[in-house]
Amino acid sequence: MRDRQNPVRRQSLTGTRIRERRLALAMRQSDLAQAVDISASYLNLIEHNKRKIGGKLVLDLARALKVEPSRLTEGMDATLSDMLQAAARDTVRSFGPPAETDRIDELAGRFPGWTGLIGEQQKRIAALEAAVEGLQDRLSHDPVLAESMHEVLSTVAAIRSTSDILVREPDLDAQWRGRFHRNLHEEAERLSASATALLAHFEGQGARAETLSTPQEQVEAVFELAGHHFPEIEAGGAAAIPEVLGRMVTLADDDARDLAARHLARYAADAARLPLGEVLAAAAEVDFDPQALLPLAGGDAALLLRRLAALPQGGAQAVPGFGLATCDASGALIFRRRINAFSIPRYGSGCPLWPLYRALGRPMVPDSAVLDLPDGSRFRAWAVCQPIGPAGFGAEPVMEATMLLRALPDDAPASPGAVPVGPGCALCPREACAARRAGGRFG
Amino acid sequence: MGRRVLLVEDEINIFEAISFLLSRDGWEVSGHGNGATALDEISRLDPDVLVLDVMLPGRSGLDILRDLRKQPETADLPVLMLTAKGQSKDRDLALALGANAYLTKPFSNSEMVETLNRVATGGQKAGT
Repeated sequence: MRDRQNPVRRQSLTGTRIRERRLALAMRQSDLAQAVDISASYLNLIEHNKRKIGGKLVLDLARALKVEPSRLTEGMDATLSDMLQAAARDTVRSFGPPAETDRIDELAGRFPGWTGLIGEQQKRIAALEAAVEGLQDRLSHDPVLAESMHEVLSTVAAIRSTSDILVREPDLDAQWRGRFHRNLHEEAERLSASATALLAHFEGQGARAETLSTPQEQVEAVFELAGHHFPEIEAGGAAAIPEVLGRMVTLADDDARDLAARHLARYAADAARLPLGEVLAAAAEVDFDPQALLPLAGGDAALLLRRLAALPQGGAQAVPGFGLATCDASGALIFRRRINAFSIPRYGSGCPLWPLYRALGRPMVPDSAVLDLPDGSRFRAWAVCQPIGPAGFGAEPVMEATMLLRALPDDAPASPGAVPVGPGCALCPREACAARRAGGRFG
Repeated sequence: MGRRVLLVEDEINIFEAISFLLSRDGWEVSGHGNGATALDEISRLDPDVLVLDVMLPGRSGLDILRDLRKQPETADLPVLMLTAKGQSKDRDLALALGANAYLTKPFSNSEMVETLNRVATGGQKAGT
């Protein structure tokens, strides 16, 4: 609660993270200072966030502290941070003292293993809650289940009424008695069959629920592993899809493989329309600004946003980190490329204030905004809602919104029109937000 | 001539059991198993009471009830709805649409007879 009211810029805690990491390694301040060739007193100022650092010194410190530089400058993954915040909010009513949410970075610095474990457990809880929610929904709306239950109850009703007559009517004539015995036998057989079918239905659902990993999650994981970039498809087009798909051995079922194939087919089509060399060269000229690149994509903003999110990292050309979120017309998130400090929820919907959703209300109008996150980090977002698939006379178009995200540097000028957003109501600490969904968490 | 009840129920064994019970209780029982043609059958037989299942082939019992209440000649026909246990939405909707009572499957025979008699004599809305 404290840091919600007084948000601290994630980047301004670099010194704290350096200190926590050094203490976690049981390293003396003077030893670390010597390792990176600065004075101990200067390191002391850095560790107390009284001196800003960057460039080579961050790289040297990260090397000496055996961590990725981003871990020092950006702190832990935003999703993990949000997960810990959510864990603290959910358990505060059940246990005595509230969790020290203003010291999450410190916790992560000192106990990265435990922090990861808490985050994983919170994720697991969220997954189980989503599974329960899904099962509740299934119980209410599954037509197969409703039909099976009706079958069972009708059979039981027939058995109950018939057996009651047989027991309570001692003077029943032989013809009626024979008919009711036959009916009873028929209904018993029917009950056996329908109960077996019902059990099979539940077992089928249970086996799916056990993995707690949807096809979408599996596909996002393999795309993440590939850095959302597939050189074979860039070079060979759609013909290379089977080869790429063949490498995705973690896709557990046909649904996941089908979904991956669909995403790769779109990737190939995008690459054919906007070849890598062309977009990379042009983007470098304009600092990867989608606005300036729109003409290159023939005005197809969604294509451009997807291509920017698929640019290769770590090559000769320095490409900024991009995140991507795609939703259908119902607002359901159907694809995401994660970016470190911006958490896009795995379950449920994102923040209603994201330009992604704003775009749904204004089809074909590219939108852009600076987004302020609860932890103080800022992002530039570009979004557009466009029809997908072929157009047809008199046919309703199927709409899809796409949002590209790019982190703003710490020293970027203030943006007066910045939109305060969050990671979605389920994880967002902005309790006073006017757009907050009633009930907040999974409400 | 006895009191006439039309039982709109597609489960033949439930129909036979209820039919036997109500006949023993002095009712003249007719049956119909198709939702799509149930309104015609109701109009043709003009029963004193209707027992109407919710899930029927061809047309839902709730849709049939809605139409019954719109027609002046059947607007006041006493209707006992049969719903499945756990389907509280069906039950609530049935009462809202003007059912006089409901029974949830599986019901007991005594409940069936008592409830039908109460509905026939203009008893208050009720159900189990």
